[in-house]
Amino acid sequence: MSGIMNYNGSAIVAMAGEKCVAIAADTRYGIRELQTVSCQRQKIFQLTNKTFVGLAGLATDVQTMASKLEFSLKLFELREERVMQPKTIGNMISHTLYQSRFGPWLTEPVVAGLDSAGDPFMCAFDFIGAMSQAKDFVVSGTSSEQLFGVCESFWRPNMDKDELFETISQCLLSAVDRDCLAGWGGVVHVITEDQIITKRLKGRMD
Amino acid sequence: MAMAAIDTSFLNDSSGLAKEEAPAHSQMGLRLGDLQTLAMAPVASPSTFCVDMKASGEAPGLMDFKHGTTTLGFVFQGGIIIAVDSRASMGSYIGSQTVKKVIEINDFLLGTMAGGAADCSYWERHLAQMCRMYELRHKERISVAAASKLLCNIFFNYRGRGLSCGTMVAGWDKHGPSLYMVDDRGDRFKGQRFSVGSGSTFAYGVLDTGYKYDLSVEDAVELGRRAIYHATHRDGASGGVVRVYHVHEKGWTKVIAGEDVNELHYMYAAQKGMTGIE
Repeated sequence: MSGIMNYNGSAIVAMAGEKCVAIAADTRYGIRELQTVSCQRQKIFQLTNKTFVGLAGLATDVQTMASKLEFSLKLFELREERVMQPKTIGNMISHTLYQSRFGPWLTEPVVAGLDSAGDPFMCAFDFIGAMSQAKDFVVSGTSSEQLFGVCESFWRPNMDKDELFETISQCLLSAVDRDCLAGWGGVVHVITEDQIITKRLKGRMD
Repeated sequence: MAMAAIDTSFLNDSSGLAKEEAPAHSQMGLRLGDLQTLAMAPVASPSTFCVDMKASGEAPGLMDFKHGTTTLGFVFQGGIIIAVDSRASMGSYIGSQTVKKVIEINDFLLGTMAGGAADCSYWERHLAQMCRMYELRHKERISVAAASKLLCNIFFNYRGRGLSCGTMVAGWDKHGPSLYMVDDRGDRFKGQRFSVGSGSTFAYGVLDTGYKYDLSVEDAVELGRRAIYHATHRDGASGGVVRVYHVHEKGWTKVIAGEDVNELHYMYAAQKGMTGIE
């Protein structure tokens, strides 16, 4: 415990399926680590019609980073008259984070989206922009160790959108049940080629 | 094969371990005969071992035994209510959701557990032994005042050695019900309402609002349960199930053996016409 990355608490996970990808986060907003202030916190933000970003870490920087990314994407879309691909968004986030190398934003983003071919793209970063890509799942936040454990056990290749929703939901709920700083409900977005399915999860409220 | 000569003689020589001071509990009124003394660390200053370890920074976190908790107790017209949560956290990791934080000292005495689980359970079990010895010697049950003072004296004797305990002792003796709060600094308070642990402030909020001396047993149990639930909701280090005990003239009764706080959350939300996810 202790440290600014644990100050608010969060759990974020993204998972790939067959021509679909899902991203999920808890909804707790805590202060001074243990004090729960809200159960309705937004930690996942939609960047394009096919790409979402989840921001773990210090809540104030999460909000600022979400605004900065939205700004960059809008500027890109106005200039280029096209939508940014998830891979490009990943590189842009990496660059944005490294821009503050010596006074960093205290967030660890997770990107999940479908590229122009409809295939999943996922990546995660540390707070100064080191990108790590994965084909199965990526995690971030105070519950990341718990999430790694359950995801390693329950992820299977080529899941359809319903299997993917069930798996990512159970993984998130199980992980946060072993973390004091995350949980109190959750939210899941499943991105498919023709729709985005958003559902709220009822989790343990302690 | 050549082996480096390491001096391990201290392992065999138990007399060298606890030389610095006489064992703390031998200085108390109650001698317990052949009770084993606690071995001290084989270092220059055993009594400050925990503090020194912490200061050295060589083993960060090793001596941080504290875990998050909410416990409460209050005296009312029908006796005493003791209510606790059941979470054991190690840092921000949840180690268990099914801990028993009420220690049944004997048929008329209860102790609660906050802080280090090992420290609390060891010394309250030790207290149980001392209370039994008292009973056999005096052919009379020990008073709550005396029992809590035995525990308090132990903590006072081990003061500064890194024990971590915040405990309540509740019971019914010939003077009626009484409730004490005893902690690792050697503090001992008699009182009407106590709450101990990281979630105590939240529990106090509910307890102080809903408390009346004239509460019926049923309402008192509900108040205890509600206070613990609210603490588990707001405090990250408290959770699991609520356990409630009632101390009365004939001893104690376990009123709620373990009720999931998550069920309570949605029950209380429904009572307010809410969904529970807000």
